[in-house]
Amino acid sequence: MTIPPVPYDIAPRPAAGTSPEEQQFNDLIAADSRIEPRDWMPEAYRKTLVRQISQHAHSEIIGMQPEGNWITRAPSLKRKAILLAKVQDEAGHGLYLYSAAQTLGITRDEMTDALIAGKARYSSIFNYPSPTWADMGSIGWLVDGAAICNQVPLCRASYGPYGRAMVRICKEESFHQRQGFEILLELMNGTDEQRAMAQESVNRWYWPALQMFGPPDDDSPNSAQSMKWNIKRFSNDELRQRFVGMLVPQAEVLGVTLPDPDLRWNEEKGVYDMGEIDWTEFHEVLQGRGPANARRLQRRRDAHEAGRWVREAAAAYARKQAAKLTETAVA
Amino acid sequence: MSTPSRTDTATAAAAVAATNAPDRGHDHNENEGHGHVEVDGVLLSAELVEGPSVASHDVAEYALWLGDDSLVLAQQLGWWISRAPELEEDIALGNIALDLIGHARSLLHYAGAESNRTEDDLAYWRTEPSWRSAHLFEQPNGDFAHTIARQFIAANYLFELYSRLADSADATLAAIAAKAVKEVDYHRDHAAQWVLRLALGTEESRARMICGLGDLWPFVDELFVDEPLIDRLDGVAVRPSTLRAPATDAMAPVLREAELNEPRGFISSGGGRRGDHSENLGPLLAEMQVLARAHPGASW
Ligand SMILES: [Fe+2]
Ligand SMILES: [Fe+2]
Repeated sequence: MTIPPVPYDIAPRPAAGTSPEEQQFNDLIAADSRIEPRDWMPEAYRKTLVRQISQHAHSEIIGMQPEGNWITRAPSLKRKAILLAKVQDEAGHGLYLYSAAQTLGITRDEMTDALIAGKARYSSIFNYPSPTWADMGSIGWLVDGAAICNQVPLCRASYGPYGRAMVRICKEESFHQRQGFEILLELMNGTDEQRAMAQESVNRWYWPALQMFGPPDDDSPNSAQSMKWNIKRFSNDELRQRFVGMLVPQAEVLGVTLPDPDLRWNEEKGVYDMGEIDWTEFHEVLQGRGPANARRLQRRRDAHEAGRWVREAAAAYARKQAAKLTETAVA
Repeated sequence: MSTPSRTDTATAAAAVAATNAPDRGHDHNENEGHGHVEVDGVLLSAELVEGPSVASHDVAEYALWLGDDSLVLAQQLGWWISRAPELEEDIALGNIALDLIGHARSLLHYAGAESNRTEDDLAYWRTEPSWRSAHLFEQPNGDFAHTIARQFIAANYLFELYSRLADSADATLAAIAAKAVKEVDYHRDHAAQWVLRLALGTEESRARMICGLGDLWPFVDELFVDEPLIDRLDGVAVRPSTLRAPATDAMAPVLREAELNEPRGFISSGGGRRGDHSENLGPLLAEMQVLARAHPGASW
């Protein structure tokens, strides 16, 4: 690829012992250009991306479960169709992201095995259960909403395949958030029972959704390096702030109360003051002590095991077909 | 397929990953930064075919047959999402289920107009004896081979049915069928590919495919039974018995290539069109209707 000219004042000075490829990488980053799969990259950059992209992919896949849980019970055919389309989109997101990670030299099988062995992480939010229909609203509005805030800046991530995957994904996420909002709106305009169902669900999902942005900036060890590499563009706290700023007016339209008594606009700072997030709970769920960690992994493992003979059949069939083709070619 | 964006998911993923050149097509979005995201909302209502007319009682009953078949099958396939053997199949089975819900909604909407009932009144507030689904569609998912066997029979039957119903004297049914037939054609192809892979893949997959086909075949006969209703809908409905030969002919080459014999064993007496259902329909409806029924009169 052609390297755009870098104004000399922002180009990092070649450090002693910097190899030409490393200099080229540094130049690309400094120019806010894209790193592509065949470009040289530092091992740590590759590792960071493999970790982040595969975790992201796993989150899409595990994230299908809490909503998949309601496809068969959706209360209208229209909602059933929308929910099905939404969960199916998430499968597509997983697919794009696994493909993006594969360009960094890891296979989908390796990533899946790590997930099933409980060695890989995914977003903790999906370790919460979805006991009510209103959770379909809260997940769309809050969880996909938080995902949008997190992901839109990732469309400009320095690694090309990741950024491009995020562009596609973000387009669909905004539809996801809107359908969640509509579910809640319909409930809030409904019967007393429906309104109570919506509020109860928002109460459960609000704080875990805020935790999706990760620990506070002063407790986020990997953030600085990711920002230097143009993978991450905004800090966890900045993104969280942006998210809450988006939610407050939407909550007003819905007529739901965000369950934070300390939430108020700070005129002076121009941001919302928020109550304390329970980081103990965050770390507990992260360590595998959330309400549904075991169930989520079990379901993924069961599906994977139950499908093994199918994947083996497809592979065997493909091999036989290929062999047949070669035979005919030779003959 | 339901939407182009879903049709090409796998291709798109490959494109995202494989290209080593920046994707110019997306630069526009990227440069917009993070303030604006394009909305890719799928207007599902635009997917539905709504005719101007109200069906007569008999036509409504016929629409119910077809609508119930599609809805019951979609309800079953929805279970696979997040449980399929591979990610690509989560997406494919999801696509098929979405198409079928679309067909069901159009058909139930049409069926309900005559009695002033909505698609949801029909889906959520009818008890078992008022359903008109054939037993094939009610058969449980089983393992993947059973699901594929059910898909193989269902899609081939539906393809032959909708190809002919597209010429129905009833304009609404004809329009619904004309749209559905293209989607069902894809379902047919999807099923055929898997019949081949499973039958010719490994020893285990072959054994399972033979078992699945054998377990579902008893429900083929019912699809081709002419009920008295059909006599009253000449030119409007497709006579089921006329579909037997073309559907069988369409399946034969796939079975031949898969080195499978058409199973010969039990033949279920059926009865779904008269409200006599298999034991599977009750639990399926209980699950599907539970939330709606807990909130009579609520809208969602
Ligand atoms: Fe997603
Ligand atoms: Fe989403």
